[in-house]
Amino acid sequence: MQRPDLHRARLAVVALALLGIGCAAPGSDLTSTVDGPAVVSEPSCGTEPLTLRARFETGSALAGALADEFTRQHPNVTWDIREEQFDVLTRNAPRVLADDPPDLMRLPQVSDVAGAGLLRDLDGYARWFGWDRLPESQTRPLRVGPGGGPRGEGPLYATGLSTSVTGFFYDEELAARIGVREPTTLAELDDALARAQRAGVTPLAGFNGGATGGLTFPLQSLMGAYGSPEEIDDWTFQRPGARIDTPAGVEAARHLARWLAAGYFDPDLNATDYARMMDRFISGRALFMVNGDWESATLDRRMPGRAGFFLTPPLRAGEPRAAMAGPPSFGIAARAEHPDCAAVFLDWAVSDPVARDLVVRVGGARPLGGAATSSPVEPGSVTAATFAATDEVLAHDTAMDFIANATGSVYARSWTPQLQQLVEGEQTPEGLLARVQADYLDQIGG
Amino acid sequence: MRGWLFVLPALAVYGVFVLRPLALTAQSSLYRWDGVGPSTWVGADNYVAVVTDPGLRDSLVHALLLVVAFAGGPVLLGLALATALRPGPSLVLVLPQAVPPVAAGLAWSVLLSSTGAVNRALEAVGLHGVARTWLGDSSTALAAVGVIGAWALLGVCTLLLSAGVRRLDPALYEAVRLDGARRWQEFRAVTLPGVRREVGVCVVITSLAALSSFDVVYVTTGGGPGGATSVPALEVFYLAFAEREVGLASALAVVLVVLVLAVIGPVLRWSR
Repeated sequence: MQRPDLHRARLAVVALALLGIGCAAPGSDLTSTVDGPAVVSEPSCGTEPLTLRARFETGSALAGALADEFTRQHPNVTWDIREEQFDVLTRNAPRVLADDPPDLMRLPQVSDVAGAGLLRDLDGYARWFGWDRLPESQTRPLRVGPGGGPRGEGPLYATGLSTSVTGFFYDEELAARIGVREPTTLAELDDALARAQRAGVTPLAGFNGGATGGLTFPLQSLMGAYGSPEEIDDWTFQRPGARIDTPAGVEAARHLARWLAAGYFDPDLNATDYARMMDRFISGRALFMVNGDWESATLDRRMPGRAGFFLTPPLRAGEPRAAMAGPPSFGIAARAEHPDCAAVFLDWAVSDPVARDLVVRVGGARPLGGAATSSPVEPGSVTAATFAATDEVLAHDTAMDFIANATGSVYARSWTPQLQQLVEGEQTPEGLLARVQADYLDQIGG
Repeated sequence: MRGWLFVLPALAVYGVFVLRPLALTAQSSLYRWDGVGPSTWVGADNYVAVVTDPGLRDSLVHALLLVVAFAGGPVLLGLALATALRPGPSLVLVLPQAVPPVAAGLAWSVLLSSTGAVNRALEAVGLHGVARTWLGDSSTALAAVGVIGAWALLGVCTLLLSAGVRRLDPALYEAVRLDGARRWQEFRAVTLPGVRREVGVCVVITSLAALSSFDVVYVTTGGGPGGATSVPALEVFYLAFAEREVGLASALAVVLVVLVLAVIGPVLRWSR
């Protein structure tokens, strides 16, 4: 027989639990305060003291350096900067923009948050400041159509501080020892890889461990060589009908599978993270590494005079070379307190001579917009090589966004596990792309 | 009734910080929701997805396999150590318990890497064929995670079990020995029945650690390679924060709670 007070206790617990729940469904309709392009009249930071609230990425010294310089030039502006790990920043972006909107926020992927009305439409500022005259390849990924897609068209929701480019870094000392020159075709690259292997050097440093499928870098580089960057961008931007399992895509995946089968990567590829890959390359244990110019400054510092860079070579000599590129981008929250001043900062960062110098010196990247930079780049450095590569990609308009950014979850859910299975021989190149395509349709259809 | 007044503050805290979130999770599991915007009622769809999605189902299976490793290893080894070292465990055995799981995971991923101590030791005794990247190979990654978890939990189990063993009346051991019992019979007749409660507590603690494991998996494999070590807690995290499928994440969390109760309930009853 149950004691009555025990019974009452259970009732009380249930009542307490029910107290906690309202009857309403979770979530709320977000009413954006900004509809359509903002009407802009002389954006400025004024003369009154104001504090810009910003969310930057931990470990990226450039944003902080630019903020300091901006305050030096605009003494009425002070900063409230919170730095967070890149993945934390990405993961919390919608919540932060909804609950505690900063003025400026570093955002790698804008579709979801722009579609949810959490970001300010920057077209008005773009017209005012002339950002619409920036190289189209650098702003395209930051345009979002109505409701979050497709990307690549529609209003601008973020803007970058610098251009970026990816390709093959190589160890010049090892290359000289093995007798390898910068390849001009994919076949020459294959030959260089084989020579490195014969010389007992790991041909390609890579990372594909844990939750980071770093093989997307070499895979997409090969896709750019076999196919057209526009076709790949169509897929990444979620244009209706776009596919990743195209004949060119399959050829690229097969090529990557051949590299894997030949043992061009270290056998522990699936347990190697980004930092370990960098370490192996810098310490001279691998000939090549597919990576981006965000590491140029680091490589010049840690292996001075020893690092070289070339864009992924094309199938046939002389064809334009494509590259993954995505400028480190910043958006302004829809409910930002000082959107005008934030926009002034973004424009200042790409137009002020001191700021542009900082982009080169601290960021190791080529500043966005404008042809030359007054800042000296040491000839022969890897930074100089990535600058030249950037110019080539801009001139040919062969930049493409990262396939990992196609949807919010395609990287974690599809590319990473499928590429890890490709490494283990549990997935075929055709199966890999078919599976990613099916997941992708599922993700954008839902 | 006045007793209730005294319990009320604690009950309120329990209600607000334990029961309310639990109830909200159960509620969210019935909606499709990105965590920020409006939500749509989908009924039991999310639960159907949890059992039909092969990736999510695998994660539940992995959690059950980890229960075997996390609970089996420490309890069996702990019993052996507690019996062998009847005066009490040395600090060395308790040490793993003092190391935060994230640090343990990082240390073990170095030990288990291709050039790590484990492979060097294997190669030193001529077992070149066995050496591999333990955490990067989908056939061994889950087992490797199991070993790390077992190592981390061995200390607390040994500690608990030896406290139980020391509590036993030495006269009992004397009596069975006079009856001519050997060590194994002594263990079966005296030690094991005597520490049944402690064994129960150990199994509960370790099973909970296995079913809700997150930190060790997150730092060693991130659920990879190819989903070989995905576990429910990690999936809940990815679903809610990377994929913004808060409804589906909540449904998986509720299923996990039910699974935990189903595993822990019988053990608690047995050890009572």
